[in-house]
Amino acid sequence: MNPRRLVLIAAPYAWLLALFMVPFLIVLKISLSDTAVAIPPYAPTFDLSAGWAGIREFFGGLDFENFIWLTEDDLYWKSYLSSMKIAAVATFLTLLAGYPVAYAMSRAKPEWRPTLMMLIILPFWSSALIRVYAWIGILQSEGYLNQLLLWSGVIDTPLSILNTQVAVYIGIVYTYLPFMILPIYASLEKMDESLLEAAEDLGCTRITAFWRVTFPLSKPGIIAGCFLVFIPSLGEFVIPSILGGSQTLMIGKVLWEEFFSNRDWPVASAVAVVLLLILVIPIVLFQRNEERNA
Amino acid sequence: MESKPAPAPFAPWEDAAAHPLIRFEGVTKRFGDFTAVSDLNLKIYPREFFALLGPSGCGKTTLMRMLAGFETPTEGTIWLDGQNIAPVPPNKRPVNMMFQSYALFPHLSVWDNIAFGLRRAGKDKETVRARVEEMLRLTRLDQFARRKPHQISGGQRQRVALARSLALGPKLLLLDEPLGALDKKLRQDTQFELMDIQEKTGTTFVIVTHDQEEAMTVASRVAVMDAGRLCQVDTPQHIYETPNSRYVADFIGEVSIIEGRVAALGEEAEIAYAEGARPIVTRTGGAALEPGQSVFYAIRPEKIWVGAAPHPDRINSVEGTIVDIGYLGDVSTYHVRLDTGQMVKALMTNAERYAASRFTWNDRVWLSWSRHAGVVLAS
Ligand SMILES: Nc1ncnc2c1ncn2[C@@H]1O[C@H](COP(=O)(O)OP(=O)(O)O)[C@@H](O)[C@H]1O
Ligand SMILES: [Mg+2]
Repeated sequence: MNPRRLVLIAAPYAWLLALFMVPFLIVLKISLSDTAVAIPPYAPTFDLSAGWAGIREFFGGLDFENFIWLTEDDLYWKSYLSSMKIAAVATFLTLLAGYPVAYAMSRAKPEWRPTLMMLIILPFWSSALIRVYAWIGILQSEGYLNQLLLWSGVIDTPLSILNTQVAVYIGIVYTYLPFMILPIYASLEKMDESLLEAAEDLGCTRITAFWRVTFPLSKPGIIAGCFLVFIPSLGEFVIPSILGGSQTLMIGKVLWEEFFSNRDWPVASAVAVVLLLILVIPIVLFQRNEERNA
Repeated sequence: MESKPAPAPFAPWEDAAAHPLIRFEGVTKRFGDFTAVSDLNLKIYPREFFALLGPSGCGKTTLMRMLAGFETPTEGTIWLDGQNIAPVPPNKRPVNMMFQSYALFPHLSVWDNIAFGLRRAGKDKETVRARVEEMLRLTRLDQFARRKPHQISGGQRQRVALARSLALGPKLLLLDEPLGALDKKLRQDTQFELMDIQEKTGTTFVIVTHDQEEAMTVASRVAVMDAGRLCQVDTPQHIYETPNSRYVADFIGEVSIIEGRVAALGEEAEIAYAEGARPIVTRTGGAALEPGQSVFYAIRPEKIWVGAAPHPDRINSVEGTIVDIGYLGDVSTYHVRLDTGQMVKALMTNAERYAASRFTWNDRVWLSWSRHAGVVLAS
């Protein structure tokens, strides 16, 4: 194999190794360690100067204690479940909000499409943190939303939305909407218009043509969009801490508290490793299923 | 012995009492300020195989799309079976279309593509299965029923598209350049298949093509279009033998056109085309001509006899020089420059082997033709 080809093939693997595998192995190692009052706050640490004996001692010091601990305190599995529920519902809501937008964009005049695309991406130009904070001003009891509803007479006592799961849903849908819109738009945009005419010609109404043709053909975009929203929302920390209040249980918050409040890095790492497994297993299964169907 | 009476020729367009399946009445279609179809009047009769022939961009697809319901006429009315179809949406018209791009559903198998319309019509499972299988047999696709459209060849896709549009048994089937993507041999086979299927199903076919041979082969009548207008609507034979304009004569088959002037007019006309040359004697075929009018004389290559001397029985004979010979095996085409300067094409069949070598480049030859051979065109 010529060297240029080798570099070309090796580059993405090197990238994956440096940016994913190495950090993951470090986290995995910490999750198998014990807490210690030290810097860094865990033991054992890797000490090459002690030679073979040091390495043996190092591996002897690793165990699955922290993973067992995760099963013993019901805080953890409750947080995982609650996160999955919130992420799943939020993903579904994002799909409901994003699909019509993507559809409208794909039906827009071609000269308008780049502009619309720009508008979808525009919010990314400001900090996500600030944008989530801004929702406090909208959702709190004296916020803009309540003022508007009170003024228009729809309600007569302010709604308490802030610090509930509803606020978390709003935050996630708002933050991740572009990740849903863009892949769906990409799949709809390349669809041949004459397919819809053929469907109509064969007796479909506009609506059945959508369900029989457009929707199935946009499935790859829907699946990609759902993954892109579900995965980051599952481990989401910022949105539940800012908008969700104390009653919203999410694994990202637990993780943060283990790291920074308890300074229990090993347990925090174990939480992170389990989170990763929860995400990786369905993705791998899904991929294999896709390959079989193709 | 008793002889069967000959079947009456199929010519409903000659019968004033016949009811057309489709009638275009002053139909105009504009896109913005561009007129794609202009003041079109046309009748198409049940069981016809009607061909729309014309160059790319002349409005053939637009005409079809108005029939299918994807475009509405800007002006005028289209009648289907005596009913104005303007308010009928595409999914309610007893019309199916085979799209130029085939438009097969990529996520469905061949079987499900063909079953698509039947299922939408709410047919029960057994009926759908029987009908799909009948269509698969008709189009010889049985082996490919389970494949997806991207897993079959272009010719097979074309047949899936045909099967799908026929499955619902429409009154009218629209075929937009159905054979455009096929190679020549497959095209010819498919043309005969189409005629066969049309006859078996008794469906009225309207086919769009820019291939004149295809139109001549399959159609009961041909409409020649140019820039959104109908130039001539007639049987293939009439279009070929009595074109009404230079455009039509030139569009269909080979033709030589000689510009001239009406020199004498009686039962026959004399067309003077050059100083000192004997005028061409021709029947006028009822065309309204005036003495002195400038006209075009159109003659097909196969109507001209090529010889070393004038043909004794043919009234027109001129001398010229062969400048080019196209040998096609069965026939040879001679390009002859008349002594008066005009180029004329003549076609001779090669009935005997090596007969073609009778004449060669730069030979002097006589071209002879009868008074019925050509037509006089005013435009
Ligand atoms: N939707 C449309 N908008 C604008 N112009 C169109 C549209 N559809 C067709 N045309 C124009 O109308 C003319 C006829 O098109 P078409 O019927 O497709 O021609 P053909 O099928 O004979 O090649 C073309 O010049 C084409 O550009
Ligand atoms: Mg066309």
